[in-house]
Amino acid sequence: MHSIPGRRLIMALFLIFLLLPIYWLVNMSFKTNAEIVSTMTLWPHTPTLQHYRRIFTDESWYSGYINSLEYVVINTVISIAVALPAAYAFSRYRFLGDKHLFFWLLSNRMAPAAVYALPFFNLYSAIGLFDTPWAVALAHCIFNVPLAVWILEGFVSGVPREIDETAFLDGYSFPRFFIKILVPLIASGIGVAAFFCFMFSWVELLLARTLTSVQAKPIAAIMTRTVSAAGMDWGLLAAAGVLTIIPGALVIWFVRNYIARGFALGRV
Amino acid sequence: MDKTINQKAWFLVLPVFLVVAFSAVLPLMTVVNYSMQDTFGNNQFFWNGVGWFKELLDPSTDLGGRFLASLGRNLFFSAVILAIEVPLGIVVALSMPREGWSVAACLVILALPLLIPWNVVGTIWQIFGRPDIGLLGYVLNHLGFNYNYVANDIDAWVTVIVMDVWHWTSLVALLCYAGLKSIPDAYYQAAQIDGASRWAVFKAIQLPKMNRVLLIAVLLRFMDSFMIYTEPFVVTGGGPGNSTTFVSIELVKIALGQFDLGKAAALSLVYNLIILIVCWVFYTVMTNAGTERKAVAQGEPAAEPKPAAAPKPAGVLKPKEGVA
Repeated sequence: MHSIPGRRLIMALFLIFLLLPIYWLVNMSFKTNAEIVSTMTLWPHTPTLQHYRRIFTDESWYSGYINSLEYVVINTVISIAVALPAAYAFSRYRFLGDKHLFFWLLSNRMAPAAVYALPFFNLYSAIGLFDTPWAVALAHCIFNVPLAVWILEGFVSGVPREIDETAFLDGYSFPRFFIKILVPLIASGIGVAAFFCFMFSWVELLLARTLTSVQAKPIAAIMTRTVSAAGMDWGLLAAAGVLTIIPGALVIWFVRNYIARGFALGRV
Repeated sequence: MDKTINQKAWFLVLPVFLVVAFSAVLPLMTVVNYSMQDTFGNNQFFWNGVGWFKELLDPSTDLGGRFLASLGRNLFFSAVILAIEVPLGIVVALSMPREGWSVAACLVILALPLLIPWNVVGTIWQIFGRPDIGLLGYVLNHLGFNYNYVANDIDAWVTVIVMDVWHWTSLVALLCYAGLKSIPDAYYQAAQIDGASRWAVFKAIQLPKMNRVLLIAVLLRFMDSFMIYTEPFVVTGGGPGNSTTFVSIELVKIALGQFDLGKAAALSLVYNLIILIVCWVFYTVMTNAGTERKAVAQGEPAAEPKPAAAPKPAGVLKPKEGVA
């Protein structure tokens, strides 16, 4: 691949630009509040773990992480489970209204969350799911299910049709073919789709905050509350922020070669 | 690769249909319902017809003025974002290392900002830009700039834009990188034999090869920046004054702040309609590109230049070939 002159310098500068704000957050999370406010130091001179300790011992803090993970996992499971058969159908068959349905799905991925915040609030209050992880998980389906369908459709289309035909000739029933043959073949695609569902559910705040009040409050919402209520506990805020970056940073390693494909909705 | 017609496929799609219908159609019907009514609280509703829509599109009323002003700001924001992120993303993609462990390292660092919860992105920049405790604000102020994103409109805008560049340029870069990776080496060898300049290679080979992923990048970036809510909300809260109040922020203010259901619903519908139109363009482009790709794939064996053995004379450099 041809590259441009000075590419190392450009890349280095860009990576520094990306990492500097993150470094600053990490830096602040290890400082005492006195050090943050009084002096400008490039690294913590009196490093402390007090903010992390507080988060891991105070239930109102760590339960936020558990709540977040709970709805993210529920959402990922629902999204993949319903999207798999649909992706197969879209990839292999033509049926009444297929194109319109496909477009309709995509249009939901693109719908602004702010539009749905209020009606979701009413809907989930009415059916008694308000303030449970299920409400947020179902609400996040609105953009994750279409995304999963689009990505998986790309991967299913990469499986030659002859494989289906051979399997059916060999006497496989449809569910058995699906689980025994198709799913293992597109395992990497399922991984990528799950990763993207995980990610978009993890980073979304507006709906998660609107649909919860006490019991299922996500960590992101707990953070915003602290900014206004507890005055300026910058160190604690920074520590909480650092902890929200970690899950993403961990899972990203496994899908690093597929990230671009996922963002292109499986169409690169 | 033509698909067989099978109406029973609907059964496979049914679960998706039900889940999405539950979380999309029901709320949308509620919105349509609200948009035609006025409320004075206590769940008492009054029929208002298309009154809200009229008000919304008339800049002389309060609602219309706010909507159109935030729409203007949002469009300007999207335009600036695209003008910066797309060229920068291309440059970064071209600067990617060629092989070795550094490729994986760069990919992971590039993707990192994309995986940070949006309000944490806001928090990071809120802290980073503060003149008293943030590195950026501190350095700028000590260099003699009077930088304060809380008080100054222009500083607030610059902060929000730099933040978005920080957050999303990686997406454009990753997409372009994926596009660049799909270019066979033979193209470059042919260009070398022809003595093509660096710029000619970019213009005749790389750009045409990237144009589909670039299209995806531009549309995704347009739509996401058009819907932006969390990051500016955390950093500036829409201020100072109303200078960074985008459509989503305005909408949430009206809906959840003032509980003005009718106005908020009308605004939602118009907002959604704009997105839907852009989305339709996006879909058409994507599906057309898909059929084009299939057509190309069928003709591939003939069109693919043989590596090194017999490089095509000059013709490879024609943009028309580059698209194939």
